[in-house]
Order: sequence, then C-alpha cells, then structure tokens
Amino acid sequence: MTLLKSREALLALAILAMTLLIAARFPAFVRPNNLAGVFNDTSPLIILAIGQMIVILTKCIDLSVAANLALCGMTAALLNGAGLPVVVSVGAAVALGASLGALNGVLVWKVGIPSIVVTLGTMTIFRGVIFLMTNGKWVNAHEMTAPFKALPRSILLGLPVMSWLAIAVIAAFAVMLTRTALGRAFYAVGGNPHAAVYTGINVGRTQFAAFVLSGALAGLVGYLWVARYAVAYVDIAGGFELDVVAACVIGGVSIAGGVGSVGGAVLGALFLGVIKNALPVVGISPFWQMAISGTAIILAVAFNASQSRVKGRIILKRAEV
Amino acid sequence: MSVAPTGRTLPDRQQSRVARALRSWEALLLVVFIAVFTINSFASPYFLNAWNLSDATYNFTEKALIAFAMAMLIIAGEIDLSVASIIALASTAMGLAMVAGFGTPVLVLVGLGAGLLCGVVNGVLVAGLGLPSIVVTIGTMSLFRGLSFIILGDQAFTAYPADFAYFGQGYVWWVFSFELVLFAVCAVLFYALLHRTTFGRAVYAIGNNATAAQFSGIRVARVKFILFLLTGVMSGLAAVCLTSRLGSTRPSIATGMELEVITMVVLGGVSILGGSGTIPGVVLAAFIMGLVTFGFGLLNVPGIVMSIFLGLLLIGVIALPRLFQTRLLRRV
Amino acid sequence: MQPVLSLRGISKEFPGVKALSSVQLDLFPGEVTALVGENGAGKSTIVKVLTGIYQPDAGTITLDGQAVRFATASAASAAGVTAIHQETVLFDELSVAENIWLGHAPRGRFGLIDRREMRRRSVALLDSIGATLNPDQKLKDLGIASKHLVAIARALSVDARVVIMDEPTAALSYKEIHELYALVETLKSQGKAILFISHKFDEIFRIADRYTVFRDGQFVGEGRIAEVTESALVQMMVGRAVDQIFPKRSHNIGAPVLTVAGYCHPTEFADIGFTLHRGEILGFYGLVGAGRSEVMQAIFGITKPSKGACRIEDKVAVIRSTSEAVAAGIVYVPEDRGRQGAVKGLPIYQNVTLPSLNAVSRKGFLQLAEELKLARDYTQRLDLRAAALDQDVGLLSGGNQQKVVIAKWLATKPQVIILDEPTKGIDIGSKAAVHAFMAELAAQGLAVIMVSSEIPEILGMSDRVIVMREGRIVAEVAGDAMTPAALVRAAAGIGEAA
Repeated sequence: MTLLKSREALLALAILAMTLLIAARFPAFVRPNNLAGVFNDTSPLIILAIGQMIVILTKCIDLSVAANLALCGMTAALLNGAGLPVVVSVGAAVALGASLGALNGVLVWKVGIPSIVVTLGTMTIFRGVIFLMTNGKWVNAHEMTAPFKALPRSILLGLPVMSWLAIAVIAAFAVMLTRTALGRAFYAVGGNPHAAVYTGINVGRTQFAAFVLSGALAGLVGYLWVARYAVAYVDIAGGFELDVVAACVIGGVSIAGGVGSVGGAVLGALFLGVIKNALPVVGISPFWQMAISGTAIILAVAFNASQSRVKGRIILKRAEV
Repeated sequence: MSVAPTGRTLPDRQQSRVARALRSWEALLLVVFIAVFTINSFASPYFLNAWNLSDATYNFTEKALIAFAMAMLIIAGEIDLSVASIIALASTAMGLAMVAGFGTPVLVLVGLGAGLLCGVVNGVLVAGLGLPSIVVTIGTMSLFRGLSFIILGDQAFTAYPADFAYFGQGYVWWVFSFELVLFAVCAVLFYALLHRTTFGRAVYAIGNNATAAQFSGIRVARVKFILFLLTGVMSGLAAVCLTSRLGSTRPSIATGMELEVITMVVLGGVSILGGSGTIPGVVLAAFIMGLVTFGFGLLNVPGIVMSIFLGLLLIGVIALPRLFQTRLLRRV
Repeated sequence: MQPVLSLRGISKEFPGVKALSSVQLDLFPGEVTALVGENGAGKSTIVKVLTGIYQPDAGTITLDGQAVRFATASAASAAGVTAIHQETVLFDELSVAENIWLGHAPRGRFGLIDRREMRRRSVALLDSIGATLNPDQKLKDLGIASKHLVAIARALSVDARVVIMDEPTAALSYKEIHELYALVETLKSQGKAILFISHKFDEIFRIADRYTVFRDGQFVGEGRIAEVTESALVQMMVGRAVDQIFPKRSHNIGAPVLTVAGYCHPTEFADIGFTLHRGEILGFYGLVGAGRSEVMQAIFGITKPSKGACRIEDKVAVIRSTSEAVAAGIVYVPEDRGRQGAVKGLPIYQNVTLPSLNAVSRKGFLQLAEELKLARDYTQRLDLRAAALDQDVGLLSGGNQQKVVIAKWLATKPQVIILDEPTKGIDIGSKAAVHAFMAELAAQGLAVIMVSSEIPEILGMSDRVIVMREGRIVAEVAGDAMTPAALVRAAAGIGEAA
C-alpha cells in the first residue's frame, strides 16, 4: 500500500483509539446521536480544510479563509434581512466567496506576490470591509428570517443539512481531485511546477483555480456559520484560519505542496473536532484545547517528515531493490 | 598561494553608493513616511505635538522589537508565527513569578527567559529536526498560548509591583519613553548585527541559497537556531514592555500581533522568500505604521478601517513595483 | 523528401542575451537529425520553442506545409510534437499511468478520467517499449531508469509525428543506452521524425542520419552525417579547429596529504580508500551515478560515512561538517554550480569571502576594505570577467561563476581541493583557463582531486586515475596504463573479452 494511504489509516486509527478511550469511561460519547453531533459540529472545519488543502497542494496558503467566511456570512445575513429568499442569500455568499478567492488568486497569478503576503493583506481587508458595511453593528437572530436560520439544522434522512453539505463537498471534491484534469493538475503544480509547464499546465492559472474553490467553500461556510449561530459580526470565526491549516497538517498535507488527499484533510478536521467535543465530556477544561491541538500539529508534522525523509541515492548493487 | 596575477582588476562597485541608495526600497519608504507625516500634520491640529507624537510611538515599539529579529529570520528563509503566543506565555510566566512574590528584576529575567525557552523549542524543531518553520510555528503558536490558557483560564494577573510599570510607561528623558529608547538601541544593535557582522552575512547567504551556504562551510542549522533564540528573546522583551504598559496579563494578550509584525517586516522591504531586506527598511516601516495608526486615531477613524489601509498598503507596495516590472518584461 | 517540421528565421531574445538569431531547422520523416552545438549554442531554447514553452520573437514554424504556432505545451503535443527532456520532468506523487497521461487522459462518463482505460493503454504503451511497470505504482517508488521509460512512454502517448530527445542518454547505464538506440530504430521505422540532441559524438555518428549545427544562437550548417567527419563537425561547433590541448604538467609529487581508508555508506559507496599527495592531480573517473560525487561529499563533511577514517598528513581528521572540512584544509567545488556552488543573489565579493569571513573581520565585525581586497586579489588571478565586484553572481556566465567558486576556495588557502566536473557546461575558453589553473595549483604543491566524466580531460590532466563503478573503486591506473579503453572498460564493467 502506498505511504499516503497508510498515513491516513494511521490517523483514522488514532482517532478511533482516542474515541474508544473516551468511550471506556464515558460510554455516552459514542452513542450514534452524539457522534453525529460531533460530525455536524466539525462540518465547517471539514469543508474549509478541503478548500485549504487544494490551495496548499499548489504550494500556496490561504490565510484569508476565516475573514472571507465572515464577510460572506455577513453579506448573506444582510441580503436575507433585506428580504431576499434563502437560496439567493446562500448563492450570493458562495459567489462572493469565490470572487474574493479570485482576488487572492489574481494577485498570486498575475502579479506574482507570494500567497502568504497576499492573504495576510486580504484577511485584514476583508474584516475591515465587514466593518464598513455594518459600521461595526451586529446582525442578530431577530434580523434573520426563520428559514434562513433553520436550513442548516433541518433534518434530512436523520442528519442535519449541514452534515449533508459536508458529505456532499467531501464526495464532490474526492471525485474532482482524483478523476478530473484540473484535480490532477493541482497535484502536478505542487509536486513539480517546472515539469507542470512542460505538460502544458499553467501553474498560475491552476493556483488561481485553487483560490477560487477555497473561496467558494469559505463563502458556503460563511452562510452556515451565521445561520447556525444566528448572529453575524466583524469578528466571527476569528483566528479560525489556523484551525483550518492545522487540520490539513494533521491530515498529512505537505506544506511544500503536491501531497495530500481529501480523506486526510477530513480526518485531520475530525481529529480536532473529536478533541474539542470530548474535552467537556471527560471533564477537562476547554482551555486545554489550544495546547492539545498545538501539540498535535507539531507531532503530525514531525511524523510526516520522518515518513518522507529522503535517504541517499541507492548506488550500491546489494542495496538496490 | 601565490598565483601570478594574470587578469585585470575589477572595480569595487558598479554605481556610487549615493545612486544606489536613491534607488532603494528604503528611499521609497522615506517618501511614503514624509507624505504620511505631512498629510497628518495638515489633517489634524493635534498631530504636531511632541507628547502626542511620543504617545504614538507605543503603537509600534513593541512590535518593532520583534520585527527586528523576525526580519533576520525571514531573510534567512524561515518564519516564526508564534511570536504573539510567546508574549502570552512570557507574560503569564511573569505573572506567576509576581504571584510567587518576586520583585521587578526577577520578573524581567523570567520574561526574557521564557521567551528564550520558547525560542529554543522552535529552534530545536526547525533547525534541529529540519521541520518546515511555517507549520512548526503554527503549532507552537497554539501550544504556547494554549499553556497560558491552561494556567490562567479566564483569570488575569493584575497586581504587578509599582516599579514594574517603568518599562511600558516610564520616560527616560523628556518625551522619550523607555520603550522608544529601547527601540532605538535595538535598531542600532540589529543594524550592526545584520549588516556589519559575519553572522549577518551568513544570514543573507543562507536566505539566498542555503545549500550553497552549507557547501561554503557556513553552519546553517546553528545560524537558524540562534535566529529562533533571538526571536524568542525579543518576544520576551516585548512581553516585558507590553505587560508593564497594560499592567495586567490575560491569555489573550497580543492576539494577532504576529501578523502585524510580519506586515511591518514585509512592508520594510524584506522579501518573504528570503535573501534580502534591511533593518533601516523595517525601522521606516515601523514609523509609517505607527503614524498611520496615530493619524487615523486623531481623525476618529476606527482601528479596523486602519487595518484595511495597512492591508492595502502591504499589497500595494509589493504589487506596484512588480506590475511595473512585468509591464517592462512582458515579452520574456 | 519534404520535411515534416521546418523552422525558418526563428529568433528569441532575453534581457541582455540573444538566445537565437534567425535559425533554421528541418526534420524529416523516418530520419534522425542530430542537433549539435556547445553549451549556450541555443539548443535548449529551440527545444522550448518547439514544445510551446517559449514563444519565438520572430520566424515561422511549418508542420506538413502548414504554418503553426505553439502557444502552450499542450498545443505542441496536440500537433504531434513531443519531447523526452533532459531531466525527467515527471511527478513523484502521481502514478505511472497518470504521469503518462497527464493533460490528455482518456475520458469516460461525465467527462471524468477513465482510469481503467488509462491503465490499459499505459500497459500497452509500456509493453511496446519493452517496459514492465505497474501503472498504479507511484513514480517516487521507481528507479532512475524506470522513470526514464515512463518519460519515453509519455512522449509516445500522443500520436507523435516529431519526437525530440534532449540528451536522453545522459543518465542511463550502458545497457539502457543500447535499449534506447533500439527504440530510436523502431520510431524511425514508424516514420517519425526525430530530433536528437547529444554531446556524445560516438552516439551521434551511430544513430543520426542528418546533423544541424548551432553556434552562439546562430545556424552554422547542416547536412548528412555520412558526408561529414568528426573533426569537421567540431570545427563547425567551435568556429575554429580545436585540438584540446592540456597544459604541461610538472609532476612533482610530494608527501601524502590526505589518506582515506575504508569509507562506507549504507547505500552510496563501500570500501573507499586512497592516498592523495602534494602536487598531485588525482582523477576520479566513472559513469554518471557511479558514486564519485557522493564519496567527495562525504570527505567534505556533507554526508556522514558509516565507517572509515580520514587522515590529513599524520593526524586523524574528524570531519562532521563542511566547516570542519574547510578548517582541515579540504575544499570542494561542486558539480551542481547553481544549487551548491554560487550563492546567486549575493555580489561577487561576498561569494568569494563567504568561507573566509573570519579572515576579513575583527571580533566578528566585517571589514569591507579587506573583503574587497581579498575578492579583488583572487578574482584577478582567475581572470574573472565581470562588471564590478558588487555584481550579482547570478548574472555571470557559467564559466565565470565557476571562477568565483574556485576563487572562494583558494582564498581559504586549502591543502586539498576537490573539483567535481569542473568544466561541465562552461565554454571552451573558460575550460582551458580552469585546466591551466589546476596545473598551476598542483605545481605549487596543492593536492588536487578531479572528478570528471570526460575521458580527454581525465587523461590530459591526471597523474593517476581511480575508476569507480556502482559505489566501489574498481581500478586504479597510472602512467602508460592510462588509456581510454582501460578507463571505459573498468567503468562499464566490461570483461577482457569485450
């Protein structure tokens, strides 16, 4: 089996072991209802991690996802407040997210600014724009229509719509990444940009596409976030971009580009989600969560590096495979 | 070795130092600085006041202390996203020492020591184990602040001794605050370290081509390790100043400051890809960011709008020269 | 016969460099055209123009009598122009099948990639070139030779009319080279036009039907291989008759300086032992990938040998890092100049003083005047051509970059200098200068190791030659025993009968 698959299997095992350990003392944690709740609670992180993974595959990073999310969520809430139907609000959030992603992408592709600088800049700009739109005021529950707030929670075949959306995104992106030319191009661009040019792949345009996808997913999550918590303000999901990057790193996505999978990103997000939901159950103060996820990131990156460490060339005959 | 000279002598430089300086990034920043200063003095009558200007320096002194070390780290091709979390942990450590009854000198040592220790952790992980610094420091960023949250939860340390206030609130002479003087001293020290010493030269060599630097006998891992220690200590120093100025420690102290520090460094002309940048550039960028914040503050513009401006400034100053260049080199 | 592909008046300019000025090139069906020229003649630029990587500034490309324009690499491959590149331009994280079909994979339902069909076609394609590889294996798990086969399969996966081979044998073993020749014959018989780029004359005369010569970005001549001699071709390449003349050597061999005994590495080399003397030039010959550079990098402290000892004069030297090697008087001029040699982005003088920073500083503070003096002295001795000492090294030509790297090491006043392929990819003028300089250094008592794959250079410069094969020393020859045949046989592992 390939290295990548075994890496994901290991992560899945770690999550399973952790869950069983908790279940040994607190059986309630593994009741299907509760597990579904954990998945639902982690859905936004899962969706964003998939988008971030694609960006990281192409040797870039998108630090503006959380700010993008906040801006799109606010826009959806304001449009909804202005009387537009839910579908239009959600569509607008996704479209706006994609456009904001496109803005990042253009700056990386056409202007050639490193993505970390671009998204560092746009993350402050996006948050600032929310302030300009609202003058710093909150949009509260009573300013949103009932269907707007209800959609993510409404139950379909036993699961909330938000969970179904996460599942749909997982499925769609798994197919896209493995079965389409664009999907394979993301890996090619990050794995060997020089060779990608010789293959007829436009590196900048592929990075642009990654930012657009990441942005669109951020827009979708923006709506989900605002509707779920029934509130929108400048600072929602503040610092969440780091959780998203953390989920990718824990999921085995290489920051150097070209290595990663949807499965890994989902598992990385679930790992963080299980910890977050388990802490109150096992009676550890939620203040521990940050240190734990930090430790997990460091262990994950150390593990990934030890797996992919390059050994010297194999020249000696007896050592040859 | 005495090989007979055969070739011709090469001139030392292609253009005079003055011509070079005029075309530098620092010259552009100086123009921006003068422009911002002028606009501000017209926009508000309260701007040109020694005490107001002195107050304005608090906007950047603490960040700039870290930015000096961060600039060297980024020039060497690495980055440290955990600096703000180091402040939180160092500040928390000082709070613990304070609760244990130690006096101001010990508090300062604890702050610096905690910063150093955090730097050691980052240095071992990046320089020792060869892990990518951007991911490692995202991890330690969570870890360091996470430890602070574990210790403090939603509590705060507040009862700092009265003489501890000097570092963030005291004045050395007239309008010159302790922080401003510290900033100036550190600017000179870092200028000398980066631009005048063998260590600084090694930093540039590593940032331009770490492999070739190693093949030239430079101890690459050691230099990077020292840079992480330096960044840790400077973050500890910033923690002393900030804690002293605020008079309290909460685990959320200095949240997001790492991004402002990096913005300052990049605005100062340091290439995020490593290999180039100067301390004078960072000093100018610090002043520009400080003045913009102060000027907008006088005009009652909310802080967040100012951050839009800084975001635009960051992208703009990097994009404009590049757009100009691509236009010229389009046919390549 | 009508050419399949015809280039006329192709020009390409980069800032400061005219890479191609109005060159022409014709490729004929079922024939191999060799493109010959020195490094910098414009060969790789024309390949990039043909494959759609570069757009020419002027000129026309005609395919089957139709004027065409290759805007992207995919446009060129769609038109049937395909290339096997010098370095394998493939993707480690993708599977064999994906590497072959990336960009033009067979599509199934909903326009998705049809993986079963892709796998099937990959197997068929690999079969046709005599390769048995698992199409689902990730490329990173393959060896160099297998990767090369994947690259060939990729080139043939489009319905190619024109196949470009850019130094295809550079990284291949003796056996693999012969398999490649057989493949070229197959392609010829299928009526494909082949552009073959190579530095190896024996190879050109063996498989090419025609030749085209470029020099300094200009077209010099073309014709049939059967109607030209080797020396005539060389003369066209360099623009003058060249007998490679090596400098007279004094051969004053002194006391031993460096003794290496029993050096081993888990995967790279085993049982390496030799003694190097003052004033000696010791040649290391072998095929590409025989482990010579790896041994030198272990001596220089880049990699750690698992066993073995190293002595400098009479003292045991423990070298765990490059800085310890430099302190012990051992320096290394690497083969990969761009990555390991010159620090591009830093000015010339800072490159020269990089290993000597302690000598040009006081208490850690650099003395600019001393730096410039040191750099001036050594660059002058090597006859460096540059605008000024503060010029970026990255802007210099390959030969001049090499001079900067050598100057950097001489400034440390070493006892042992190791030169790894010192003249690879540099022009003939610089080459002669480097050779003369090496001879001079040896005459002054420096101990020199030269790793080279060029037989004339090895024979012309060395006092003694060690031959390596598959990570081991297989022969040591000196004096009259130093013949081309002896070196080639030992390096290729050919027995007496061959």
